[in-house]
Amino acid sequence: MEDRGGKSPSGLTKWYELFSRGARDWLRHDEKVRDSVRENLPQIVAGADVINDSTKTVRVPVRMLEHYHFRLRRPEEQQGAGQGAAKPGDVLQGPQRQRGSGEKGPGGQEDGEVQLLLELKIDDIVDWLWEEMQLPNLKARVGPSDETDWVREGWDRRGARSRLDRRRSFKQLVKRRGNPNATPTFTDDDLRFRQLARRKQPAIHAVVFFMLDVSGSMSDRDRKLAKSFFFWVVQGLRREYRSMETVFVAHTTEAWEFTESEFFQVSGTGGTVASTGFAKVREIMDERYNPARCNIYLFYASDGDNSMGDNALARETLRSIAQDACFTGYVEVSSGLSRQLATETGRLYAELAASGMAAGSYALNDYDDVWGAVRHFFTAESKAIES
Amino acid sequence: MSEDWQSYVRRIEELAARSGLDFHPVDFEAVPDSFMMEIAVYGLPVRMPHWSFGVRYIYQLIQRHMGNSRLFEVVFPGNPGHAYLADSNGLAENVLVTAHVLGHADFSKNNLLFQRCQGQVSEHIVEHAANHARQIQQAIEQYGRERVEIVLDAALALEQHIDVDQTLRRQRYPEYLPDPKPLVDDDFRKRFAALDPSAAFNFTEVKKKAPVPPHPERDLLWFIATYAPDMESWERDIFLAVREESFYFYPVFATQIMNEGWASYWHARLLREADFIPQQAYVDAIKCHSDVVRPIAADQQVALSINPYHLGFSMWEKIIEKEGLETARKIMQQDDDFGFVRNYLTRELADELHMFRYSARSDGQVKVLENDLTALHETVIHHKYNFGAPSVSAQHIRVDGTLELVHDHTVDGRGLDLERSRRVLEYVHKVWRRPVILQTVDQQGSGLEIKTS
Repeated sequence: MEDRGGKSPSGLTKWYELFSRGARDWLRHDEKVRDSVRENLPQIVAGADVINDSTKTVRVPVRMLEHYHFRLRRPEEQQGAGQGAAKPGDVLQGPQRQRGSGEKGPGGQEDGEVQLLLELKIDDIVDWLWEEMQLPNLKARVGPSDETDWVREGWDRRGARSRLDRRRSFKQLVKRRGNPNATPTFTDDDLRFRQLARRKQPAIHAVVFFMLDVSGSMSDRDRKLAKSFFFWVVQGLRREYRSMETVFVAHTTEAWEFTESEFFQVSGTGGTVASTGFAKVREIMDERYNPARCNIYLFYASDGDNSMGDNALARETLRSIAQDACFTGYVEVSSGLSRQLATETGRLYAELAASGMAAGSYALNDYDDVWGAVRHFFTAESKAIES
Repeated sequence: MSEDWQSYVRRIEELAARSGLDFHPVDFEAVPDSFMMEIAVYGLPVRMPHWSFGVRYIYQLIQRHMGNSRLFEVVFPGNPGHAYLADSNGLAENVLVTAHVLGHADFSKNNLLFQRCQGQVSEHIVEHAANHARQIQQAIEQYGRERVEIVLDAALALEQHIDVDQTLRRQRYPEYLPDPKPLVDDDFRKRFAALDPSAAFNFTEVKKKAPVPPHPERDLLWFIATYAPDMESWERDIFLAVREESFYFYPVFATQIMNEGWASYWHARLLREADFIPQQAYVDAIKCHSDVVRPIAADQQVALSINPYHLGFSMWEKIIEKEGLETARKIMQQDDDFGFVRNYLTRELADELHMFRYSARSDGQVKVLENDLTALHETVIHHKYNFGAPSVSAQHIRVDGTLELVHDHTVDGRGLDLERSRRVLEYVHKVWRRPVILQTVDQQGSGLEIKTS
């Protein structure tokens, strides 16, 4: 009783000052929130124009997690006890103002809703994904190319001011004077300039064609599924190529090129003629992208119902694209129906893959399948490169 | 921290003892605000880790930043008791708080509910809880955080579901039904035995296995820890650790109005009688007292909740004024909030305190209801029944191990929140490891069954 323990001898730190349990448990909560956000990323990403968006982060509003207890359902009318100047019949608060009654449920912090805004870096998400799904890091396919670029090569005594190499020039000065303590005075002879030379470059550009079936049978949800998938494909490929372009092609019985923002808004009517889309892709390839200089990828999303008469033509055009492309992939988005690729277009790709081309397909029925599809294509792709 | 206050502590203790307070020694310790906040969140100075405490912690932090709450002290009953005081308290606040803490110490030593629960968990709950925390830390190291968290998710979700009328270390149900009464040695049996003496004594009945549970069991933490078909022993230990802490929390919960009122009455009275306190400190302390027991926020006309400090304080003042200290001490020993409010919140006092009942509709309209004392009593205490939780009991274990829970909606007046209940079942399912189902009622009052998928 003599030692009240109230004061620590000066200089001693009490145990509870060493760490905060509250902060520790809060961090754990935060981690759980991030985990649950990660699990739902395909949905979250489907909501915004993110494929070419320059912003590098996704902002996700989340609620704090609730630790659930048994509770009674909220009654229409709740009784409480209060204190103050009030007579029976008084209306203390009009309707509309959204507020719970004064009384809190025991042991809980009802309402009082606090929202967190999580900001996730897309790069982090992709890193996480690749690690989590153990996806191979693709090697950029280096093809022969007639593209040239300036590269640094050696030094010269003459050159443009902007290419003056200070460190090297100073070395020359020191060598000449032999006395490091003297005030340095440069002569023209000391100066060294970097030289550039034109050299052939391997192909390190890539272009990704996203082709989407927007015929009447494709629902809004189908398109969102496709978009979510396309997003992660872009992210994955972008890690490997110094420069990458995206091309968006939509088709019904005709085909058009769109910008990204338009692309996912488009909805057409009528039937599906896949060959028009493939022809459009072929056309753009021929116009703008030389397969010798550029790695070409094509990803096609459709519900798979191609019109019967079109199959021969579609097969032919697709084959011609596949010969020039690094990889062609097909996702079948059929929310609700899980037909698992037993469709016209599905067969088309199966034939292509069977004939040894770099091609793959995957059925996408739900957001949960997006990860599977991404994994499927990237593992298939890396195998295609190896062979 | 002021040395001044230290010198007053003993004198306040002596004064309290002279005034008839009877308490175990209390260790006072001044701690930083941040630590006070943590004690309030965790309920104990050292407690097991769980993410849900992190959520409460952030809410507290927000509250504090908005200036809504300030904690002066937290007391842990025991022998000795532990009291933590915020080191930001001024002298006046500390004097007040010291007297307040002694009021609590008197209460927790003498109140029967406290005595009974303390008899179960011993007077060293603070140390026990620290032990549990260490145990769980070891489990985390051994089995991984994920697995321990799964167990804690379930156990802490059921923390209110205990039965304090049972003992802390509770035995399993008897395995067999009680023996049937021995057959009476009547004339018939005598004659029967005479027919064939060897057959007569083979007439004992086979013992019958008792059903589990023999009656609906509301001590869910114990029941699951004891009868889960496939739980590992360290998991059972975690359930029992949470249950022990709940046994400790129960009397604090069930006597809040009495206990806070008692402590507030005594800090006010001891302060009045402590002539050794400087005048200024006295005035400041009285101001602080009136803030604590204020029923209605300064800028408002009415409050839609009852301040338990104020209600308890006013009730004790009235009781002691009318019936004397002797009677008041008897009430303090024997009652909990249920009896206290029903017996001693009189019409006269309720009017004096301007207490009223109101109904709040889901659209936000709040309307004052007619005067009705009995209804007022019930409204003040209704959220305290059954530790504040719906009455859910374990009813049956099926042959395949399925656990059947049942919600007694007749007691609670309405059915359960289905979404939350489903989540709780999912927690439980992960430790019970067999299907779990729960019966409750829907909005219309017709039966409804929730299942784990």
